[in-house]
Amino acid sequence: MEINEIYNKLKSVFGEGIGELKTDLPVRPFFFADASKIDAVALFLRDEESMQFDNLSCLSGVDYDKDNLAVVYHLCSYALGHQLVVKCLVPKSDPKIKSVSDVWAAAEWHEREAFDLVGMIFEGNPDLRRILLPEDWEGHPLRKDYKVPEFYNGMKIPY
Amino acid sequence: MGILNKLDNSVEQFESGNIIITSMDKLLNWSRLSSMWQMFFGLACCAIEMMATSASHYDLDRFGIIPRPSPRHVDIILISGTVTLKMATRIKRLYDEMPAPKYILSMGSCANCGGPYWEHGYHVLKGIDRIIPVDVYVPGCPPRPEALLEGLIKLQERIRNQSLAKHIA
Repeated sequence: MEINEIYNKLKSVFGEGIGELKTDLPVRPFFFADASKIDAVALFLRDEESMQFDNLSCLSGVDYDKDNLAVVYHLCSYALGHQLVVKCLVPKSDPKIKSVSDVWAAAEWHEREAFDLVGMIFEGNPDLRRILLPEDWEGHPLRKDYKVPEFYNGMKIPY
Repeated sequence: MGILNKLDNSVEQFESGNIIITSMDKLLNWSRLSSMWQMFFGLACCAIEMMATSASHYDLDRFGIIPRPSPRHVDIILISGTVTLKMATRIKRLYDEMPAPKYILSMGSCANCGGPYWEHGYHVLKGIDRIIPVDVYVPGCPPRPEALLEGLIKLQERIRNQSLAKHIA
């Protein structure tokens, strides 16, 4: 299916939960979805006969703007050969979003990485620990306002 | 084999027998520099060059350098690549578990000083010498096998000049 058809179908099912489709940027077309509905949207995208997004190519965490983090879902369908990008804004003040790890198992480690580096909380992820940084690390280094600490366990960090 | 060549003319050999006389220092140093067993790990792209050096073309075995899987067996660590802070914790522990005498060869820019991560690498240790003492630094990004071999020969020279009586810095 073309991106417009996919978008219109989602819009007709989820209504206000789906934001405007942006196609004029030099990236793949994308739209924002309501973070509180992402688990339902994900399940629909995977199981609907005309969608069949059976593969989560990538799930990324982004420090999006002053007040928001974002989770970006890159999806593709091996069965039907189409692709889709969905974004969800998560407020920095309360960075919680539902996990999609029960929809695509690949999401589990991707969500751990986003949690580790950007710091959103994926509710429902069965094992939300740090995946790259040491377990006793403080803070989330890919936040724009992150300050590199002087020391980690007695080892000086700055050059 | 080797000992007469490597221990220069201070080794005396009796004319007819299989007895030689030398100093304890020379014997110890010769045996240490001839079997520098190596810790079996690689950290980043430098490890690829280290593996190339171990393979048949450059053949690290001819120096008596054999990778060993336990810190209890080894004499040297080749720090071959980027040392993240997470890995630095492990390296410090492995170093502490090695029996003395032990030697460190820091290979490549990352292990020497942080390399390309010097400014924005919040997760990278800016030089392995911040946690363990380094004997030889090999510059390069990554160093070619020839450079690594030269570093190892420098390390052998260093061991050859050690003395039980006086500490050589």
